[in-house]
Amino acid sequence: MWARAARRVLRAPGGGGRGFASKAGGGGVSAGGEAAPQERGRVPGDVIEHLERLALVDFGSREAVARLEKAVAFADRLRAVDTDGVQPMESVLEDRCLYLRPDNVVEGNCAEELLQNAHRVMEEYFVAPPGNITLPKLDEQELFSKS
Amino acid sequence: MAAPVLRWSCPARRWILANIDRGPRHGRGSPTGSRSSGKRGQSSVAQQPLATAQKPRKGEHQWAAVVGLEIHAQISSNSKLFSGSQVHFAAPPNSLVSFFDASLPGTLPVLNRRCVEAAVMTGLALNCHINKKSLFDRKHYFYADLPAGYQITQQRLPIAVKGSLAYSVFVGKNRNQVINKTVRIKQIQLEQDSGKSLHDDLRSQTLIDLNRAGVGLLEVVLEPDMSCGEEAATAVRELQLILQALGTSQANMADYEIQRQIEELENGGEILNETRSFDCKLGCTVPMRDKEGKQDYRFIPEPNLPPLLLYDSASLPAGADPQQVINIDQLREQLPELPRVTREKLVQQYGMLPEHSFTLLNEVGLLEFFQNVMKETRAEPKRVTSWVLNTFLGFLKQQNLAVSESPVTPSALAELLNLLDQKTISSAAAKKVFEELWRSGGKTPAQIVSEKRLELMQDQEALEELCQATMEKHPQVVMDLKKGNPRAINKLIGLVRKATLNRADPTVIKEMLERQLSS
Repeated sequence: MWARAARRVLRAPGGGGRGFASKAGGGGVSAGGEAAPQERGRVPGDVIEHLERLALVDFGSREAVARLEKAVAFADRLRAVDTDGVQPMESVLEDRCLYLRPDNVVEGNCAEELLQNAHRVMEEYFVAPPGNITLPKLDEQELFSKS
Repeated sequence: MAAPVLRWSCPARRWILANIDRGPRHGRGSPTGSRSSGKRGQSSVAQQPLATAQKPRKGEHQWAAVVGLEIHAQISSNSKLFSGSQVHFAAPPNSLVSFFDASLPGTLPVLNRRCVEAAVMTGLALNCHINKKSLFDRKHYFYADLPAGYQITQQRLPIAVKGSLAYSVFVGKNRNQVINKTVRIKQIQLEQDSGKSLHDDLRSQTLIDLNRAGVGLLEVVLEPDMSCGEEAATAVRELQLILQALGTSQANMADYEIQRQIEELENGGEILNETRSFDCKLGCTVPMRDKEGKQDYRFIPEPNLPPLLLYDSASLPAGADPQQVINIDQLREQLPELPRVTREKLVQQYGMLPEHSFTLLNEVGLLEFFQNVMKETRAEPKRVTSWVLNTFLGFLKQQNLAVSESPVTPSALAELLNLLDQKTISSAAAKKVFEELWRSGGKTPAQIVSEKRLELMQDQEALEELCQATMEKHPQVVMDLKKGNPRAINKLIGLVRKATLNRADPTVIKEMLERQLSS
């Protein structure tokens, strides 16, 4: 489980100035995570809590956090690469042409087929559980135990 | 619009507090309601709180801080943004859904050319810089009406940036002083709409209809340049008119809806800054606000779509398939007339006041009605304007009717105004004829005039005799008049009018009396 957590975390603070992590307007993990790693790569407690809520993982033990810090340090080695003046490659498709489709109606009308796959339907609607259940407050987390 | 259908039934509080990026979808759960017949698009306003240096001071009507707005307008197109299923407002649930919209494995997005054109045209109309290269991204969050678990949007590099929207607010006692304002457009981006969820609290479940999933949206992000609710509402209204003129979106969010949401924003303005420090105090039915970092959208480039490249006449590759390239210059040339230009023309051509030009454009179909009347009448533009904006519009509003539902046709009003212009009837009589036209519908103004004997007396001699006779019958009034009582003349005019059965113009009577008295 810690490995999964580490993978998720890699995407967030490790990116430095590039990538999505630092974009304020677009959500994503805030700059707090980025500024956090101090000289010895310690991740502060509030960042851990934050990550736990975002990724719905539980770091549980001090060892797990240590693993996290090692994973971040490992990813930080990327910064050793000098990419000054190099345009980032966002997509291997960057040289391809984006095909433009004419605005005609050519599909749809297959409600029956689509609903066949659904576990539950009601009169041609898909049935889903009720809307998101919000997480409890941070101080109530003990009560919200491992369920 | 005739019937005031509430399209967004979610409590406004929830709307304000709903995420900038419509993330916590619970907020958008129950809304949508029904759409009016015949209209395809809609716009919604989500508010984007910004951390500013100033807090709104309590008790002030103006916000010291300012708020940015995000507006999502559904693109008017036949098919969806990335698939070939139909865009239509009313259809059996899940009947307008393709395999891609249902995010079945193995399906891929294919970009709709019309949606790109709509975005470019909107960008041009709003003075934006069109990015010749723009990129698509995935924005991930979980909600039942988003089957793929992500929305394809343009977060990093949208199709248009840095534009402006000009609007006018009317101030002053009579609201006739015009102040021209501008709000900057931060960007315009293409993105997918989600499906619709209907909450069934009784059975503790949500019903999902994906007809709307995948429909193209234009997200217009306004910078926080507006300082009060009225400015925001006016700006949004102007954007609505522009989108409708371009045909890129029906944008038929009702006026009162805009006003309501803006008012809620004003009321919620204080809440904005205060709840920053609260955590999930809002309870389980209301979503958390997206404070920075609370939601991790895990943006990634959309791996299935190459960059979107646009061209202008200079950079158009030779021999390219015209179906596969979009020429910004060509679209610019094809832009229809924008509301601002239409209004200027009205003011110049007919000499009307600016605020009247605004009223004419604000009501659906009113401008056309006005122009049709102008075509068929000899009356002066000022008179036509006054009749259309005061009398005609007044009747419409009183009975909550749209222009299209008016019982009076432009021809009928034109004929009536001609009668008035020729002095066949008086103003007062004209109003009566109008009322009758409204009620009865079928008759022509001429018919009504003759039926009710409303024609002005044409026989000058008969009128002179009546004036004489009236003065002889009421010597007391004449004496009062000669003594210098100012009200006496009006009384006399009234008496003569009664004698003529209201078929004489008061001004003509007055002239006649004065002439007779002085001789």
